[in-house]
Amino acid sequence: MSHKLWQRAGMLLVLALLYAGCALLVPHFSSWTNTEGLLLSVATVGMVSCTMLFCLASGNFDLSVGSVVACSGVVAAVAMQRTDSVILGVLAALASGALVGLANGVVVARFSINPLITTLATMQIVRGFAYIASGGKAVAIAHEGFFQLGSGYFLGLPVPVWTCALFFLVFGVLLARTVFGRDTLAIGGNEEAARLAGIPVVRTKVAIFVLQGLAAAFAGVVLAARMTSGQPTGSQGLELEVISACVLGGVSLTGGVGTMSAVIAGVGIMGIVQNAMNLLNVEPFWQYVARGLILLGAVLFDRLRQRRG
Amino acid sequence: MTRNEPLLAFEAVTKSFGAVHALREVSFVLERGEVRALLGENGAGKSTLLKALAGAHAPDSGTLRIEGREQRFTSTQEAFDAGIAVIYQELHLVPELTVAENLLLGQLPAHVGFVDARARDARASELLARLGLVLDPRTRLSSLSLGQRQMIEIGKALARGARILAFDEPTSSLSQRETERLFELIRELAAAGHGILYVTHRMDEVFAVCTSATILRDGELVRTLPRLDHAPRIEVAAEIVRSMVGRELSDVHGWSAREIGAARLELRALQGPGLAEPMNLDVRRGEIVGLFGLVGAGRTELLRLIFGATRAHGGRILVDGADLRARSPRDAIAAGIVLAPEDRKKEGIVPILSVLENVNLSARRRKLDLGIFLRGRWERDNAALHIQQLSIKTPSLATPVRNLSGGNQQKVILARWLSESVKVLLLDEPTRGIDVGARAEIYRIVQELAKSGVAVLMVSSDLPEVLGLSDRVLVMREGRISRELARGEASEEAVLRHALPVHEESFA
Repeated sequence: MSHKLWQRAGMLLVLALLYAGCALLVPHFSSWTNTEGLLLSVATVGMVSCTMLFCLASGNFDLSVGSVVACSGVVAAVAMQRTDSVILGVLAALASGALVGLANGVVVARFSINPLITTLATMQIVRGFAYIASGGKAVAIAHEGFFQLGSGYFLGLPVPVWTCALFFLVFGVLLARTVFGRDTLAIGGNEEAARLAGIPVVRTKVAIFVLQGLAAAFAGVVLAARMTSGQPTGSQGLELEVISACVLGGVSLTGGVGTMSAVIAGVGIMGIVQNAMNLLNVEPFWQYVARGLILLGAVLFDRLRQRRG
Repeated sequence: MTRNEPLLAFEAVTKSFGAVHALREVSFVLERGEVRALLGENGAGKSTLLKALAGAHAPDSGTLRIEGREQRFTSTQEAFDAGIAVIYQELHLVPELTVAENLLLGQLPAHVGFVDARARDARASELLARLGLVLDPRTRLSSLSLGQRQMIEIGKALARGARILAFDEPTSSLSQRETERLFELIRELAAAGHGILYVTHRMDEVFAVCTSATILRDGELVRTLPRLDHAPRIEVAAEIVRSMVGRELSDVHGWSAREIGAARLELRALQGPGLAEPMNLDVRRGEIVGLFGLVGAGRTELLRLIFGATRAHGGRILVDGADLRARSPRDAIAAGIVLAPEDRKKEGIVPILSVLENVNLSARRRKLDLGIFLRGRWERDNAALHIQQLSIKTPSLATPVRNLSGGNQQKVILARWLSESVKVLLLDEPTRGIDVGARAEIYRIVQELAKSGVAVLMVSSDLPEVLGLSDRVLVMREGRISRELARGEASEEAVLRHALPVHEESFA
């Protein structure tokens, strides 16, 4: 019985225990200000993780998300400067993300190129475009209304926190309750069998990458609203944080296995650890080491758990 | 002094997984020079027994002795060191390396870390000679046939001094000649004092190579035949099958005449990879057409073309008289054509997903709420219904399909297609690797489908199956249909004659 509970809740249980532990041991951890800051700090990773879940579940990878987040922020800022319209700015940013996703998807699905290599290439190309469009410097945004997207409040919580929660809900339902989501898992589990069962493999994979691009672009827009500028140098290494969070939660790198609760757990654990280390004044250099060790420990633990089961 | 002890002894070995007893107090002895057939339906405990022997599963209780000495393997390496080699269907070789490197994998002769090439090749040549293979030890493994690779796997075991060799359905991907060669080698090894365990489903192989037989059912050893020549073959075979299934199996195929209607599937000048000439073929409502041919005759290719898994170059496919522009399996399924593929693990099932997911993989997209949401209730009911109808043995709907036996996996694939409205059922080697009991059930399902009006086109290399189940037999040879035989006129001899390649001189 307890074994079953563990199988189901798994990392969510770890998340809860970790939260309780930090609340007891780390000063200021459970204060409202800190809770708000903690939630805000995981919003970007959280949003991008939702679609990375689909990528990984289908047996793919996307390394370009960090660059897309930065580039879409720049695109939004530049478009707003040129057109003086917030809506056009946001749309331009989303379009740029979708376009990158489409390119990734077509190359990976249609031409069967390894997703690691494909997105490693687009990661650099897109970063390059971010620098080119911005001239290498942050592009300021002068639309007060736009900032609401990043630093506004709704029912006592920052807007990005709500956005992230909405992402969890929508993509969680998409994965568990729709043909698209379940096809995604089937493709990750056995692509050829999925094709021969009538699943539109190429179309589904392209859609996954387009969604990934869109989500990253949206996260980039929200981040730009928080920063009040589009920053071409931002979000370096975000792709690794996102993939780490997913894997930490229990999403399989080989495809076919993944749930939204795993992603939520992974994102939460990463965020809490980071936040607790900041509160405890752990040097930033050591934080890298700690994060790496936690990831390694989590996957080793997971392997052990599977062997028992 | 150990000479008097049996080479290998299982003493009351028990192993359970949860509530399931995979092995229950199994005891038997394997002597030097013995070739022991290990028989039983899928799930009878053969693979668990092999795994206990190979050190992959530690038994819960009971003892395993080699030459009288008790063994407690905690890893496959320890079993290997004790002289046990299990040759699985999937070979453990490195295709990119040479024959010699594979033979001596992990034990290359070396001087201070540098490979001694001369010693390596000499040792490899010696092993190759013992295997009866004429090969340069420096040949890359990837250029070898499957049969040759299997020999290399055996050679690898010999190189490490294995005395007990266990084979798990070794002939499933071998040609006739390779099979003969393997049997010869097994006899030689037995004569040299090795002990052999031989797992198979094929009765002809039991008589061809084995000297004794042990039969398992539901984890228990139900019968051991110390000799196989004590009675006429046909009686011994009947005895074995009886012990395996625990009941009489009079006619596994259970063919009975059906009403056959108008043409359902029509191929008109179909062209594509694997076909030597434009193909015309009809399968009628309620008809089961068997397609026999040697490996490479284009049988699988033909089915894949009809299903849209590979692109046709030209010609037409008609279902119930309507043109089908099948460009993908998706279009074919929509038109009522479905395929149960030859390689179930690679092309049929999604192993890590549940039975429920695998059954509903295709049909669920046509049962949606509000156009996008899946109906969990419908999925559960549909899976439960088919599990019951096809008597699929699974602990639950949520069990990963990889945990099921081959026969039950095949039934899951059939259940997937029965969830759709099927008009044409394409079967590619529907019972390969499936035991006698499950086979009979699959034959029953296929015939019931035909009775309901489905047109069945079945590819099989199992001649008794083709002859026993088909209303009509088509023989394929080198990418074309060489002969059509009605049920009455199709005999093993007639079918084989038209399946074998034609040589130039036979035209003279």
